[in-house]
Amino acid sequence: MKAPDQAATLAADAALFEFADYDAGEGERGGYSNYSYWKSTTKMFLAKKTSLFFLVLLGALLFFTFVQPFVPGQRSPTTIFQDPATGMQFRNVTPGAQFWFGTNSIGQDLWSRIWSGTRTSLLIGLTVGLAEMLIGIAFGAVWGYVRRLDRVMTEIYNVLDNIPTTVLLMLLAYIMRPSFKTMVFAMCAVGWLGLARFVRNQIVIIRDREYNLASRCLGTPARRIVLRNILPYLVSVIMLQTALSIPGTIGWEVFLTYIGLGLPVQIPSLGNLVNEGRMIMMSPELRYQLIFPTVITSLITISFYVLGNSFSDASDPRNHV
Amino acid sequence: MIKYAFKRLLQSLLTLFIVVSFVFLLMRLLPIEGYFGDRFQKMSPGEVEAGLQKMGLLDPWYAQLGKFYAGLAKGDLGVSFIYRRDVAVTKIIAPRIPYSMGFGLTAVAIAMISGLAMGVGMAKNKGLFPDKLGTLYIVFVHAVPLAVYLLFVQLYGSSLLGLPILFDKHRPVSWILPGISMSLNGIAFYAMWMRRYMVDELNKDYIKLARAKGLPNGAIMVKHVMRNAYVPLAQYLPAAILATIGGSIYIESLYSIPGMGGLLVDVIQRQDNSMVQALVLIFSSVGIIGLFLGDLLMALFDPRIKLVKSEGAR
Repeated sequence: MKAPDQAATLAADAALFEFADYDAGEGERGGYSNYSYWKSTTKMFLAKKTSLFFLVLLGALLFFTFVQPFVPGQRSPTTIFQDPATGMQFRNVTPGAQFWFGTNSIGQDLWSRIWSGTRTSLLIGLTVGLAEMLIGIAFGAVWGYVRRLDRVMTEIYNVLDNIPTTVLLMLLAYIMRPSFKTMVFAMCAVGWLGLARFVRNQIVIIRDREYNLASRCLGTPARRIVLRNILPYLVSVIMLQTALSIPGTIGWEVFLTYIGLGLPVQIPSLGNLVNEGRMIMMSPELRYQLIFPTVITSLITISFYVLGNSFSDASDPRNHV
Repeated sequence: MIKYAFKRLLQSLLTLFIVVSFVFLLMRLLPIEGYFGDRFQKMSPGEVEAGLQKMGLLDPWYAQLGKFYAGLAKGDLGVSFIYRRDVAVTKIIAPRIPYSMGFGLTAVAIAMISGLAMGVGMAKNKGLFPDKLGTLYIVFVHAVPLAVYLLFVQLYGSSLLGLPILFDKHRPVSWILPGISMSLNGIAFYAMWMRRYMVDELNKDYIKLARAKGLPNGAIMVKHVMRNAYVPLAQYLPAAILATIGGSIYIESLYSIPGMGGLLVDVIQRQDNSMVQALVLIFSSVGIIGLFLGDLLMALFDPRIKLVKSEGAR
């Protein structure tokens, strides 16, 4: 029997020991340096000159697109302008001091039309990108995490994925008749599939890793495991997919407009502008009407593409340190 | 192998059935004026109803679906309502397929040959000028909307090179621009993946072994790296070949080639529902069959696949 002995020793030496107060700062000290995920990501991202360049370019474009209507002296994008002297419409005026980007075939100001169109198209792109991200993550998470639903959801995925994107998109746009809402709905309906499948596959892979098993044994609810343990792991790819879906959406918008299922002609959008420009491209002196919108479209899509790719490289923690 | 193929075939047929039925039912929601064309403006609601009744469009959906499959079994896809009134859809489509397939197959061949060559060249010079140039091309093709760069190819191809701007079947010079435009996307696709797979392969241990035992570089490239890198790409080949039946929507309407893709745009603009329906169904079935053949080809090409696929794992 040693216990009484020990108790005696402890009692005797009580004076040698004292309780320490809990110090939060001391508790943090043992951790790994002062690594911060977002700080490292930003640093990696800004280290590349190309991504910095496109970031500034896209930032400037976005800023100007949304600020342009509030700048004094801007014309309305839908008004048809007439020459006060003759009462004639300003048709196909080439770019100059009066109309910076010229006018189109019915006398509307191309400069303000382009910014208004960019606004519409970006709005579609951002809405669709965000919606696709939410739907894709939600569907993918449930699909990957709830085993009983796997079969059903796989079948749903197979059916939707087996219809060519072009066909499904056209069909939806045709059935619902052209409008802003139709456009957003149709593109959301086809765009989330890829992300959902990716999220699902990743979740199936990491669902049963040791750290998740441990977490589940400790009684962490499924929702928290998905949101806190698994999704942060997927940030880089989710960001990439969302960034790529914006130029993708703008491309589809141009496509739908081209085949006659785009937004109504009264609403300027990049698709409508490219399409209007296409109709008069046979006469070389009027080609500015095609070139200006296509240059803007290309700048925006290339920026998103490059930025998405370099951000996904930068946000992968394996590339840090 | 045969068991796998059979299982996969049944699975594809089931998917095909579900997809076709789904699309068919989705079609029941098409705007009703698409069944009448210009006459719709002058018709009274009663006449519209009578017309729909006559076409069997007011029957319950399962009766319509059954009738559709019965017709399909006899190779009957219905008649056109507006595009060419009362002409069988199959008759309208048949003469158009050769144009689409002709251009499509040429484009697949061009894309395959030059895309793979480009990918190999990029992988060999990784990080050097040819690689950077190729990457620039790939980024450009992916980032700029198809409609935009195809338009510029047509515009400047015709004005700078003096090539005809529209397709004319009696003038072979006019086939050049559409053929090239159609392969631009495919070249980028094959180059990108070939480069990536080759770079992956080059880092593997068996390549180091081959180097160590003194195999010349050329032989390593041809016998080991390229062969292994090509396998995943072969999967897309049947789908790409079959997809040529559908033609290219953009290019056919840009150059006014009388093919299938241009037809789809035409019938959508004129709102001819039965034509839209027939074409959509053809396009979706072609896609599914292509995927099936691709999986089958993979299994034939790569002996490792059979073992993995037996559980139907994805």
